[in-house]
Amino acid sequence: MTAIAHRYEFVYLFDVTNGNPNGDPDAGNLPRLDPETNCGLVTDVALKRKIRNFVTLDKDGGPGFAIYMQEKAVLNNQHKRAYDALEIKPEDKKLPKDEAKAREITAWMCANFFDVRTFGAVMTTGINAGQVRGPVQLAFATSVEPVLPLEISITRMAVTTEKEAEAQSGDNRTMGRKHILPYGLYRAHGFVSAKLAERTGFSDDDLQLLWNALINMFEHDRSAARGEMAARKLIVFEHENAMGNAPAHVLFDAVKVQRAEGTEDRPARNFADYRVSVDAEAMPKGVSVRELL
Amino acid sequence: MSYGIRLHVWGDRACFTRPEMKVERVSYDVITPSAARGILEAIHWKPAIRWVVDRIHVLKPVRFESIRRNEVGGKLSPGSVSRAMKAGTTAGLATYVDEDRQQRAATVLRDVAYVIEAHFELTDKAGPDDSVGKHLDIFNRRARKGQHFHAPCLGVREFPAHFELIEDGQPLPDAHPAREADKDLGWMLHDIDFARDMTPRFFRAQLKAGVIDVPPWQGEEVKS
Repeated sequence: MTAIAHRYEFVYLFDVTNGNPNGDPDAGNLPRLDPETNCGLVTDVALKRKIRNFVTLDKDGGPGFAIYMQEKAVLNNQHKRAYDALEIKPEDKKLPKDEAKAREITAWMCANFFDVRTFGAVMTTGINAGQVRGPVQLAFATSVEPVLPLEISITRMAVTTEKEAEAQSGDNRTMGRKHILPYGLYRAHGFVSAKLAERTGFSDDDLQLLWNALINMFEHDRSAARGEMAARKLIVFEHENAMGNAPAHVLFDAVKVQRAEGTEDRPARNFADYRVSVDAEAMPKGVSVRELL
Repeated sequence: MSYGIRLHVWGDRACFTRPEMKVERVSYDVITPSAARGILEAIHWKPAIRWVVDRIHVLKPVRFESIRRNEVGGKLSPGSVSRAMKAGTTAGLATYVDEDRQQRAATVLRDVAYVIEAHFELTDKAGPDDSVGKHLDIFNRRARKGQHFHAPCLGVREFPAHFELIEDGQPLPDAHPAREADKDLGWMLHDIDFARDMTPRFFRAQLKAGVIDVPPWQGEEVKS
């Protein structure tokens, strides 16, 4: 597979309606908040998890698209097919001490696992070659405006243990809590390095799959906690040069998310309350913008 | 300092992890010379050159924030990869995230901005067509255009670094009035000595008038 030849950056907008996009384990699973601005946060790893899960569903573990970091829920080992593995001398049982062997292992992992090829992975070879830096880098997603987490109390008409039932003398009711955001529009920034792609073999097909995953991943990530989440915009900047033609922050600044006219004085409750604009005029030479969604 | 460069770097968050608190990460107060070198290398590096960080200007107040995330505990073992390669299948070669989960907090910096002053030296890998001027030109050209080899980051990859070249004679960006101007930052990682089995080397970081003077790598002040 030939690696991609261009550097990319992307702005990814997604929203949540009556759900919790990313719980904070430090705060009893409340949606993550930036304490200084009250804007919501979604970590990079939360988004990567969904990309991995989408690729698992889409490719079903097909050759070259296995996922190393798996969630049990999407595990589908029995469907895994045979692989176009390399021809390896079978007598070598020791851990790789020499660099050539370590490289071979790294290359094999990259060729077979989409997530290793895309996001990288750490292997304990003791040699630097065992550490793969992937070409795709994501930053924390932040909500465009401050969000308001609500605590919703819910009841369950059953109890878990007999002891609990006795304590309630047969009433058998428990209360639980859900944390939701009525609405939040989140903005994430991402980077794709052509030079690191060369090293892991991240190809144009892989890139298409990544875009596809970003556009569709929330469609396959429904759950009681998430509410309604949807990808809203994916704006991709392609640099002519592999090293890039413009600073990333200049490109990100060209994408503006503002409140739609007449909605400024009330809380946003859906995507129509926002207006997204890309200043195509401000695009530096050698950079092309595409709205994939 | 004839081949010196000055680079303005900034970002929303940063984590320059203290080696003594790396499980639940706690960041140093400021960027380390090692992380600064990494940013420069992300823009331009060849085996023929070695970046030396001379000075770090701290432009913003030092502020922290805590983030807890689900992480995995284990690393990929090369032995199991070898076995899978031999068997010719990836079946069973996976880490199940929910079995190997660790919740880790990270105390990270908020809203940082620095100016890195650095120069480079030619190493013994430099060939006849490696000249100081050539590499300096490449670096300046790339930094001016915002080009990079891979996106530079502030300590960890989820915190990208934005950067801008400060041209010769151009003034430094304005510093925040509330920033720390003088402070003893204690012992801080200088860099890792890759030539000697990855020995970390430390120096006493002193913030004076908002500037940290980074001692030379082999200087008296740097201890391993």
